[in-house]
Amino acid sequence: MARSPLVDLADSKELVPAERNAELMSPIEPERTLNDWGRSERIEGFMDRTLFEFLYRYWFRAEVEGIENVPSEGGALLVSNHAGALPPDAGMIAKAIKEEHPRPRPLYLTVEHFFKGYPGFSMLVPKIGGVAAHPANVHRLLYDEEQLVLVFPEGRKGTEKLYKDRYRLRRFGRGGFVEAAMRAEAKIVPLCVIGAEEAMPAFAQISALQKLTGLIYFPITPTFPWLGPLGMMGYLPAKFKIRFLEPIDMAELGGREAAQDKALVQTVAQEVRARIQENLHDMVGKRKSVWFG
Amino acid sequence: MSSRVLITGLSSYWGGRLAQALEAFEEVEAIIGVDSVEPRIELERTEFVKVSNQHGLLSRIVRAAKIDTVIDTRLTVNSVSASPREAHENNVIGTMNILTACSGDDSPVRQFIFKSSAYYYGSEQDDPAFFRESMLRPHPPRTPLERDIVEAETAVAEFAEKRSDVEVTILRCANVLGPDVDTAFTRMFALPAIPMVLGFDPRIQFVHEDDVFHAMEHCVFHDTPGVFNVAADGVLALSEAASVLGKRTAPILPPWGTGLVAGPLRSLGFKVPSEMLNLLRFGRGVDNRRFKAAGFEYGHTSRETLLKLGEHLRLDPVMRGIEGSYTYEREVEDFLRWSPHVKRKGPSEASGVEADREPLGF
Repeated sequence: MARSPLVDLADSKELVPAERNAELMSPIEPERTLNDWGRSERIEGFMDRTLFEFLYRYWFRAEVEGIENVPSEGGALLVSNHAGALPPDAGMIAKAIKEEHPRPRPLYLTVEHFFKGYPGFSMLVPKIGGVAAHPANVHRLLYDEEQLVLVFPEGRKGTEKLYKDRYRLRRFGRGGFVEAAMRAEAKIVPLCVIGAEEAMPAFAQISALQKLTGLIYFPITPTFPWLGPLGMMGYLPAKFKIRFLEPIDMAELGGREAAQDKALVQTVAQEVRARIQENLHDMVGKRKSVWFG
Repeated sequence: MSSRVLITGLSSYWGGRLAQALEAFEEVEAIIGVDSVEPRIELERTEFVKVSNQHGLLSRIVRAAKIDTVIDTRLTVNSVSASPREAHENNVIGTMNILTACSGDDSPVRQFIFKSSAYYYGSEQDDPAFFRESMLRPHPPRTPLERDIVEAETAVAEFAEKRSDVEVTILRCANVLGPDVDTAFTRMFALPAIPMVLGFDPRIQFVHEDDVFHAMEHCVFHDTPGVFNVAADGVLALSEAASVLGKRTAPILPPWGTGLVAGPLRSLGFKVPSEMLNLLRFGRGVDNRRFKAAGFEYGHTSRETLLKLGEHLRLDPVMRGIEGSYTYEREVEDFLRWSPHVKRKGPSEASGVEADREPLGF
């Protein structure tokens, strides 16, 4: 499609610089039950008090280190390792911030676009804080709304990973998350989660069944497909440990202009990945038991 | 700033409403409305010329009346209200003809305002949550109507590029709601239950009809070159919209084969346009900050727009038929305007309407 010349016109009057146009953002209407992202405090609160409370406290008995590394204000991008089919890690990270942080803040979780295509899922995911992983969405959340955003740069490659490859980080995409954080001049908080790999180990991926069912992947886990779709929720009670690492301030690295520098973006992405991998090794090495920590 | 205005699509809801609004401004010296059918509303000083989209004739009108501002309101944005052929004729060929009429070195036109639609962005799985004006749709249009809208906008953009001396404004309006406007969404919300696609709860943004014509008005009097999203504050999930209206939802559309079911539903009376089916699945939100930065203030949020519509829908069965609808009679209008026997107010008296009023009989 031809690029409209008026588009450049729109670009030349960029809204961003200096003041954040905060007064131009939609005002919050207290009567509303959802926010503009489709997030519902009621549904989220309900999940938080029931399922996540049970998983966090009794099933995974989560332990948290370095919560002070999560900034109490300003936009920040939390970058985590990712594992397990239908992984419980995102929910546990959100719950950890809610439970342990002196000033709890909501956490937005970036989800791949395909969730919007699944009936049911597409209704539920936004209600509990899921947002499609579009660069524009991440930018708006970090820059305009100054929120906490969680990304899994491994993406689908992380969840497709088999048990034998546990705690080996996959490629960190193309460093898009660093670029997003730089453009928003936000902080990056790397974090490590252990336990998720054992909570739902995938022993094989059956591509023929994946094509047949139209799912994004078709893993063989201890409970799936044997228990049907519910088997997707069959988590083993592995001990969860979450470690938040020292934040990296993108504003100090050059901010918006630095986002153009592909080499710098890649270097930062590598650095974040290395720190997470190093800490994962440290945590797994210190762990005496998968189930008791 | 502008003084001599041409409004296309005068007989459509938008054209008529805008003409009525502009009549109140003294700095608007002349208002000329064109359309292929007669208008249905009462107009005081707007002059109606019955002409279809022929650029030769339009061009003569533009030059003869020294038109400096053209407001193009005729875009069809509902594929149920017109056949695909009519819609194409109007949206693509019509736009082309009007642009042709405004071009040429001797053209007096200095401002061109084009009412477009947020259907320009489409509605897909991998959309951003808020479209900004500089973003392009991720996939080519799927429905004929969306294709026409994109094509029309491209023509306007090319015109803007060629004629740098003309200030071109494109207003991409979100789904409009209101008591008077007739859109696919106002019809859907008038149903006893709101039909939804099973398993989907799309985020949709609305805009009040008053805000849309105020937006066009704003562009007439302010410097607003470029593209602007016109959408009220607040993006609502469809289920939330239903609860604001006080209605139930009915997830009757299946997630697979939605298009197949939509056909029989249309014959049952729920006329869902094909471009709306994707919207009912994936929804759409737009960033409205650019227009706000250009000085426009919205009168209603999306939620307030729905509340107003809800009030109207509840009142409608009570009020129906009370207000007599005005019919445009060409001969009567001509008599009132031009006959020497009609005593008309001079321009000096026009402002002093209050003084002319008969005192109440005490």
